[in-house]
Amino acid sequence: MNVNGVDHPAPTDPRRLLSDHIRHDIGLTGTHVGCEHGVCGCCTVLFDGAPVRSCLMLAIQAEGHQVTTIEGLAPDGAPLHPVQQAFHETHGLQCGFCTPGFVMSVVGLLKQNPDPTPEEIDEGISGNLCRCTGYASIRRAVLRAAELSR
Amino acid sequence: MKPAQFEYHAPANVVEACSLLASLEDAKVLAGGQSLVPLLNFRLARPAHLVDINRISGLDRIYERDGGVAVQALARQAAVEDSELVARACPLLRDAVRLVAHRVIRNRGTLCGSIAHADPASELPAVLLALGGHVVARSARGRRTVGADELFSGVFETSLAPDELVEETWFPAVSGEHAILEESRRHGDFALAGVVRAGDRLALFGVAGTPVIADRGDPTRGLQPSGDLEATAEFRLHLVRVLTEQAFAA
Repeated sequence: MNVNGVDHPAPTDPRRLLSDHIRHDIGLTGTHVGCEHGVCGCCTVLFDGAPVRSCLMLAIQAEGHQVTTIEGLAPDGAPLHPVQQAFHETHGLQCGFCTPGFVMSVVGLLKQNPDPTPEEIDEGISGNLCRCTGYASIRRAVLRAAELSR
Repeated sequence: MKPAQFEYHAPANVVEACSLLASLEDAKVLAGGQSLVPLLNFRLARPAHLVDINRISGLDRIYERDGGVAVQALARQAAVEDSELVARACPLLRDAVRLVAHRVIRNRGTLCGSIAHADPASELPAVLLALGGHVVARSARGRRTVGADELFSGVFETSLAPDELVEETWFPAVSGEHAILEESRRHGDFALAGVVRAGDRLALFGVAGTPVIADRGDPTRGLQPSGDLEATAEFRLHLVRVLTEQAFAA
């Protein structure tokens, strides 16, 4: 499978979840693992460009596919991705645990709908939980990200 | 490592998938995995074999057939949501899919998987029942059509045999009044109770072991929904009455 532009062998054990494979085998710990049953959204990554829950896929299923994690949005030293920049500018995070998942979901949302209404933003981020309840700032971050992406 | 031990199979075509399902004991089909993988992660499901159909090409079409819409086994819910054909021929289905979990889940989850999983609180089985659609079940023995009224047999149970694969689900086109209304604690959650209206037909979900057809004049007749931490049985009956009224008020 190709993760952030680099090819990696598939795990030998088919039980390995994609989320665990990314973190433990490949060593990219930006993808966070919260609930491990698809509710919290922390482990969201892009799979062939569309956001999916990496805890609800077997790593072996990603063989031959492109996976993008939070580390792959902007290379080291390069400017932040517009969505990352927007979260930074609007304080769209508090503890930061949910942030990688939110950012990946929002990247997918803006790709699908570059100019979302406030209702569409609420709908778009409704699959991610922020236990700090910082949703107002996250909502502002999405609006800002849409501006920066134009 | 969360799931219990299983043997993994990734057939390249439907014939191979069916022959695996015919020969293996205790096999589960893995399509989108948005319901199955959580069950595996918690070890609530411990199948001996997983038959992953995601490597099968040409099984993700959404096409017009017999005056309705056929959705193949690997068509993702997001593709159904975005389909112009679905929007034109069966807008009720599009409205229903938008109530299924969240877009990120729908990017991976399949419509046929939702039907085969037969969660009693799920929207899609109720839509299939309200419209009188069917599934095409494929096995090494051949193909057969199973109507929605014969398909859902219990909580998470269908009348399909263990060696059968839902190859596609067919929804009749909707003309006339239609609505899907539900009440849930949070957006994207499973419904506490929901109603589907297709013309004069009414189907309910979340209030019995399977989706059920009901009479709009007396929608709660014979219902004995369970109560839990989220809603009492009486509240669920109340929701059925109110939602039915709303669905037919248009």
